[in-house]
Amino acid sequence: MLDIRNLHAGIDGKEILHGLDLRVGTGEVHAIMGPNGSGKSTLANVLAGRPRYEVTAGTVTYEGKDLLSMKPEDRAREGVFLAMQYPVEIPGVNNIYFLKAALNAIRKNRGEEELDAMEFLQLAREKMKLVDLDESFMNRGVNEGFSGGEKKRNEIFQMAVLDPKLAILDETDSGLDIDALRIVANGVNMLRSEKHSVLVITHYQRLLKYLIPDHVHVLADGRIVKSGGKELAEELEQKGYEWIEQEVAAAR
Amino acid sequence: MTTAVQSDVREQAAQRFAQLGWPTMELEEWKYTNLTPIQRVDWVAAEGGGATRTVAASLREHAIAELVFVNGRVADVVGGAAGVEILPISEAAAHPMFDRHYARYADYQRHAMTALNTAHAQDGALIVVHDGIAIDGFIHLLFIGSGDGVWSHPRNLIVLGRGAQLTVVETFVGSGNYFTNAVTEIVAGEGAHIDHYKVEREARDAFHVGSVQIHQERSSNATARTISLGGGLVRNEVNVALAGEGANLTLDGLFVLADSQHVDNHTVIDHVTPHCDSLELYKGILDDQSRGIFDGTIIVRPDAQKTNSRQVNRNLVLSEKAIIDSKPTLEIHNDDVKCSHGSTIGQLDEEALFYLRARGLGEAEARNLLIDAFASEIVDRMKVEIVKEQIRAAMSRLRR
Repeated sequence: MLDIRNLHAGIDGKEILHGLDLRVGTGEVHAIMGPNGSGKSTLANVLAGRPRYEVTAGTVTYEGKDLLSMKPEDRAREGVFLAMQYPVEIPGVNNIYFLKAALNAIRKNRGEEELDAMEFLQLAREKMKLVDLDESFMNRGVNEGFSGGEKKRNEIFQMAVLDPKLAILDETDSGLDIDALRIVANGVNMLRSEKHSVLVITHYQRLLKYLIPDHVHVLADGRIVKSGGKELAEELEQKGYEWIEQEVAAAR
Repeated sequence: MTTAVQSDVREQAAQRFAQLGWPTMELEEWKYTNLTPIQRVDWVAAEGGGATRTVAASLREHAIAELVFVNGRVADVVGGAAGVEILPISEAAAHPMFDRHYARYADYQRHAMTALNTAHAQDGALIVVHDGIAIDGFIHLLFIGSGDGVWSHPRNLIVLGRGAQLTVVETFVGSGNYFTNAVTEIVAGEGAHIDHYKVEREARDAFHVGSVQIHQERSSNATARTISLGGGLVRNEVNVALAGEGANLTLDGLFVLADSQHVDNHTVIDHVTPHCDSLELYKGILDDQSRGIFDGTIIVRPDAQKTNSRQVNRNLVLSEKAIIDSKPTLEIHNDDVKCSHGSTIGQLDEEALFYLRARGLGEAEARNLLIDAFASEIVDRMKVEIVKEQIRAAMSRLRR
């Protein structure tokens, strides 16, 4: 599904990823953990195509295509979804109008019929229950006046509606209470299948109690320095990140 | 026969204009707008009455009444309702309300363009709503400019009795290199509600100067919405006197500019009496090398205690060559008031654009959504559905 090789990337002329390699197979859930400043968000933003991030070397292949040469909207239409760390508020753009336009752009790209208003509402209502958002959210501006937790749940709601092949969660768990955390994990678990891949980027292990990853990677100083199974996340939780950093330093 | 507004102040106004001359940029209130391009044309008034014809801008299917003026002369009058008098102002000289109110609020002694209008006014509408009458729906005043080198001076007087309620939409359209110099006076009696729309969609080669003068009595409510979409060189003035206690005012403005359009919005809210509220929001969207101006003043007189006033101007600049001047001004002459003002100038929010694109919307679609969203704060709270639709449709020309 996703093959990242020797990725060097950064922002404002400062390189943050120093040769990152990662392969995510179809149907797999990978967690990327790492301390602050290790490059987690840079990776998420580069994969989604956020402007100002520059790739200086390396390749990212998504379903056999060169992901880095695609516009953000084309990545989305091909099934890449980034649940943002800080979802932006867009007053005046109706939540549900926007999501319908997004879904229909994606469906059109897949060669499927566009949904009409009724069909879309039915789908949206169903998915809203999943994330415990009130229907009144539909007719508000995108994220307008939402609390932090509501914004994150809205991201998961959008993900559930858009049904991406590759979902990237950029610290979706940060700032969430335990109930919201379960809701987020549940949303992702519903998406899990042999056709969907998930990349969970997080600082903490607590989300991974509810969302069990197949693989865990440790990102430090812009590289994947350690990979393992779900037990690696528990080890990190107990020992912190220092021992990884020491190991890396010793290996140099 | 050439019709004209039969007023005994015509001659005085003409003399006053001769003394004042055309406004120059040396005057503080005209510092951003140069009228020389208008001044150097040898304007003529169109002869004869305007022809009656069906025009695209007509809203007679939606309005309870419509008056159509072509080059300042009445061309058509349709509709009406009980409790409201609607007539061409050229035929209204004998009306008691004309005698009592005409030229009492729009000050031709101080304002040259008002003097010019008062001296040359050919026609317009007199609308009188009787005490206690609430009119459902809206009255449409349609002003059509046509031809090159032709000027017109539409002149309207709208009088609401005690507790009366009315919605008026003025639309300005046309084709050619003409000049419209309009004045509307509105008198809101005690407890009256007036909702006034000015939708300026003049031809791209046309000049437009227009002033709306509102006089509010005790506990009256006025909303004046000034929408500028067309015209080459445009000046909108809205002047409001909150002359009775407990009056409420909302001033909304939206200007959507492209190419080399120049639109100057000049507003004065005069808090004369205590316990009045005014809320002003003007939003500008500027593309290409257009130029927009917001110059708004709020005056709070010594006697106007407990004034509550907020003035905001927000601008969205879509091009590096577009220019916006924003000058919000407060003049407060007592210390028992709550007043605030502010202005912002910004570009499209890159984060919002990325967010929409990251969900699959194309770049152009995302941009259009954000532009419409910026305007929606003004458009969504309009009450006349057909005007909303017209504005949304007109905004689509900013689409890429």
